[in-house]
Amino acid sequence: MKLFLGIDLGSTTTKAVLLDEGGAALGRGITNSRSNYHLAADIARDEALIAARFTLLDRALEAAGETGEEAVLFRKRLDARFRKEQRMSQLSSLRERALREAGEGGRFGSRAAAVVERLLLIFDDIATDWRRPHLAKAKSDFFRDQAASDFSRLAEQHATREAPFDGLMSVFDKTIIQVENERLDLGFERNIGPALASCLANESGARRERYEACVTDAASIPIEVAATIGTGYGRQTLPFAKEQIRSEILCHGLGAHAMYPRTATVLDIGGQDTKAIQVDGSGIVTSFQMNDRCAAGCGRYLGYIADEMNLGVHELGPLALESTRHVKINSTCTVFAGAELRDRLTMGQRREDILAGLHRAIILRAMALLARSGGVGDEFTFTGGVANNGAAVKALRQLVAENYGERTINISPESIYTGALGAALFARRSVETPQA
Amino acid sequence: MSQPAKAQKDRSMAQQKEMIAGHFHALSTAKESGRKVVYTFVPGNLTELMHAFDVLPVYPEINALQSGMRKRSGAFIAEAERLGHSEDVCTYVKCDIGMLKNGNIGPTGEKLPPPDLLLLSYTGCFTFMKWFELLKREYDCPVAMLHVPYQGDGRFSPGMRDYVVSQLRSEVIPKLEQITGKKLDEAKLQEALARSSIAEDDLVHVLEQAKHRPSPIDSYFGGVYYIGPMFTAFRGTQSAIEYYRMLREEIDERVKAGEGPVTPEGPMKNGEKYRLVVEGPPNWTSFQEFWKMFYDEGAVVVASSYTRVGGVYDTGFRHDANRPFETLADYCAGCYTNLDLPTRIGLLSKWVKDYDADGLLVNSVKSCNSFSAGQLLILREVEKRTGRPGGFIETDLVDPRYFSAANVKNRIESYLQMIEQKRHNPSAIVSEGPKAGALPVMP
Repeated sequence: MKLFLGIDLGSTTTKAVLLDEGGAALGRGITNSRSNYHLAADIARDEALIAARFTLLDRALEAAGETGEEAVLFRKRLDARFRKEQRMSQLSSLRERALREAGEGGRFGSRAAAVVERLLLIFDDIATDWRRPHLAKAKSDFFRDQAASDFSRLAEQHATREAPFDGLMSVFDKTIIQVENERLDLGFERNIGPALASCLANESGARRERYEACVTDAASIPIEVAATIGTGYGRQTLPFAKEQIRSEILCHGLGAHAMYPRTATVLDIGGQDTKAIQVDGSGIVTSFQMNDRCAAGCGRYLGYIADEMNLGVHELGPLALESTRHVKINSTCTVFAGAELRDRLTMGQRREDILAGLHRAIILRAMALLARSGGVGDEFTFTGGVANNGAAVKALRQLVAENYGERTINISPESIYTGALGAALFARRSVETPQA
Repeated sequence: MSQPAKAQKDRSMAQQKEMIAGHFHALSTAKESGRKVVYTFVPGNLTELMHAFDVLPVYPEINALQSGMRKRSGAFIAEAERLGHSEDVCTYVKCDIGMLKNGNIGPTGEKLPPPDLLLLSYTGCFTFMKWFELLKREYDCPVAMLHVPYQGDGRFSPGMRDYVVSQLRSEVIPKLEQITGKKLDEAKLQEALARSSIAEDDLVHVLEQAKHRPSPIDSYFGGVYYIGPMFTAFRGTQSAIEYYRMLREEIDERVKAGEGPVTPEGPMKNGEKYRLVVEGPPNWTSFQEFWKMFYDEGAVVVASSYTRVGGVYDTGFRHDANRPFETLADYCAGCYTNLDLPTRIGLLSKWVKDYDADGLLVNSVKSCNSFSAGQLLILREVEKRTGRPGGFIETDLVDPRYFSAANVKNRIESYLQMIEQKRHNPSAIVSEGPKAGALPVMP
């Protein structure tokens, strides 16, 4: 079957969306952008291809009449096992590299053996933990984040005078980059077998056979990526020909329209860009404004604030939502906001209230761009990573209501894929009308 | 290298280069030759009157933009900021101050003489007054101020004209007489004005050739070279007449041959894909890079407001030797930045239509209030009147810190792709795409 691929290379994450010939989204993938856009694009695409196979599996199950509770449970389990297989193979690569890095002839000299011994303990513990059937919900989907969090916790626990915490972490820091920058074979074909086997271990008879047949069906459909369009911050460095590149503004406009066909205005707040886009009834961009000389008020602003407060970036929104008092943050400069934050903390203001003020400051910047682009029409679709932040959304709703009145505000949990979806739609269109 | 088009292009360019070199050489030897030097501004300049007195004009704005193109402005601006000028002050001013403090070496490497008079044509830009206030502190010389009323209600009334003429008679001419020690020779002024109108006809002809498809010129990036002699020291001279005649012939040749503009990398590789009208001055520090962002995408600027900054000739104005003082007043009042917003909107909309452009692109310069104030309003209104999409980018005149190449390129490309998208039938892009705010795929 022919598929159309859209890839959105953001400054923070790279997203991929695959559409089928009917324009339905078949798969999607996301990875952190690293400094290697090439690889990030490949990994996001691989993830989307895997997701596409799972969608095909769903279709096969449905066709086989396997839609009951049992089948749903099976799919859930299969998915979890599959992810686990992927993670475990990445973990084993990390382990190998770490042992080599710390081993004899390396930087630890006579202490090499002691460090290796500690590393073995750490990796064994992580592996045991990850093999558990019910893994605690991870804070991040990325291997890097999960591994880092577990490794540092265990390194603290296992560190000795011979193998100190800093030394252990330096091994991790060096090797995690290597693992991130290798394309492991994480494909559907390779990992589905073991995942299926472990899933069906207790299953028997006809059901088992039907499930296996569905998986075989899904795996055997030939897939061809008929066209690819790249977009996003990194698009200039992409391995794409010029005609395979679209501006992220057009992609966000079209993607938002595809998700919410009545969209008139789109706000996208990404890592280093804020875009205010007006679209017509067909998703065609009619006007846009972007932050220009300065990236204050973008997603990175939140990243910086999170670092300042020693928090994860995903913890900021929920904390800010607990605010009870209005704090006005004046600085729109990211670095100054950091200073203002510390200053206010020493003045005894609550962290939650300051954070709410910071979120409002970001949205105020966005409101100015929206005004310049032509205002906020109805409906209004908010996309980009910051759309997942409840406190930012709250501030936006309030300011839109104050300035423009009642508006339908659309925020999709999938909003991070808006640009990639638009790119995939352009890819599909490029095959239909090659000159477009 | 031996194509005729290229050779002809070079001919007028070479001629202009020679004219400029001659002018700066005359400036550097002004003391020896006994000629007086007058510093003045481009919008509303009184070049013919200066020729009548045989004084040499210096245009600090031109020095600043030349410094920008020669990558010297960053250091000059830093120098001015060290002297206490704010980051938000017009970067032309700071660049000029910095250059002055670094020996006042002109674009050809020769030293500029100090002024004998600061002729402050206070037209269209209200920073000019402060600028010469600063220069007055540096040079011990008289200032002649010509206050040209802003066309706030879209017209230049007889009373306003009389007001400007009376200042010419009572303020400007006496000061010029005072520094040169001679009376105004009105016949000489009239001769210069007559020469101006001849060259003006040819310049208008050249700019209007952009109505052809493909346009033989880029009316912004190429246009700044074409307006050079006219808006500075050469209007009213025989050499300007010759230059514009030569240019006119070259452009006519290009039209005949169906050729597009010549860029720094030769003819445009993929031809003309987009026709734009541009509002606002160009960025000078990354001029070539900025231009490349356009021609690489096949975008040609067919009309620009910047090429009218020293006079809007489109509406029929020509210097008139029969009304020497009134015509100077009309010229001063009619330069682009002295026009009110409705008039500017009217002109830009007319250019979009007359030159059959795909839309209006605004290059907004934060530190240039005379251009930038109201530009978003202009953009929206022109979009509404023409039905063609507008684009908005932000750079600076000569402060290299305010040219973010990646962002500017991104926005230009997005704008051009937006035009492209609008050209094609927009239906059917999302025929059966996913609906209801979600990607119906597996987690």
